[in-house]
Amino acid sequence: MANWQWFHRLGSPKWLSGTIERWLPWVLISGVLLLSVSAVWGLAFTSPDYKQGNSFRIIYIHVPTAVVALAAYYIMAIAGAVSIIWRMKVADMALRSIAPVGAALTFLALVTGAIWGKPTWGAYWVWQDARLTSMLVLFFLYIGIMALHDAYQNSASGNRAAAIMALVGTVNIPIIYKSVDWWSSLHQPASIKFTEESTIAAEMMQPLMLAIPGAYLFFIAAVMLQMRVQIARSEKRSQWLNDLANKTSK
Amino acid sequence: MYFESLADLWSMAGHGVYVWSCYGISFAVLSAMVMLPLRQYRKQLDQVRRQYQASQD
Repeated sequence: MANWQWFHRLGSPKWLSGTIERWLPWVLISGVLLLSVSAVWGLAFTSPDYKQGNSFRIIYIHVPTAVVALAAYYIMAIAGAVSIIWRMKVADMALRSIAPVGAALTFLALVTGAIWGKPTWGAYWVWQDARLTSMLVLFFLYIGIMALHDAYQNSASGNRAAAIMALVGTVNIPIIYKSVDWWSSLHQPASIKFTEESTIAAEMMQPLMLAIPGAYLFFIAAVMLQMRVQIARSEKRSQWLNDLANKTSK
Repeated sequence: MYFESLADLWSMAGHGVYVWSCYGISFAVLSAMVMLPLRQYRKQLDQVRRQYQASQD
């Protein structure tokens, strides 16, 4: 039974809050650092793409935000499943915390993609394109989940509705991944592959190899920040939060 | 640096407006993702503190 201790501790808002306080500065700083280095490197120190010219430099935001926006949805859906099965308070908090972060990252992937599309495809947006449309659906899923939480007077019903919507929405994820293979799309297929040779120049890829872990770290930090707000909201009558609030005054 | 001058870096042979707007928007959104919950959290702790002090009086 001792092996399950971590799972029980995870259910304790006080323990979670302490862990967040300890880790947050390091995770946030390392994420921002990686993103900054990759941005400077990608903006000023790589040569332009032979076809796209300098517009390709948008890749160092577009790809990391899109990758993490998708991964975030998986994690959120798992939190939704945990919430439905075990009715764990922390799982609901995680779901609520991930939704706005995922929405912001999806927004960035969409906007940078649209801006990149103008010089590359000649259009900001193409409605017939499956990759673009399925990504827009992801954005609406995140927004919908945020709205559902607040739509119910009874927070337990809101949590449950949001968790169900998160689970149902997972059908969209493989569609996003496969959209470029299943339908004809302006969007290019993945260039970085794990099972075969990647089709991206090493020089172009190196800053991306910093930006992707950087975006993951930033995501974790952003979720921790949201989580802290959620915890403080639900624990406002508990003694430990009172002690913490009075300790951090001045 | 790949570019000859800062002016070249800025214009990026015509693509500067796209590239820099992407980076600018991203900077703004990422900053908001940190600042907004930070402010909310501070506000909440303030509220907890006030309630505690009110209960002490």
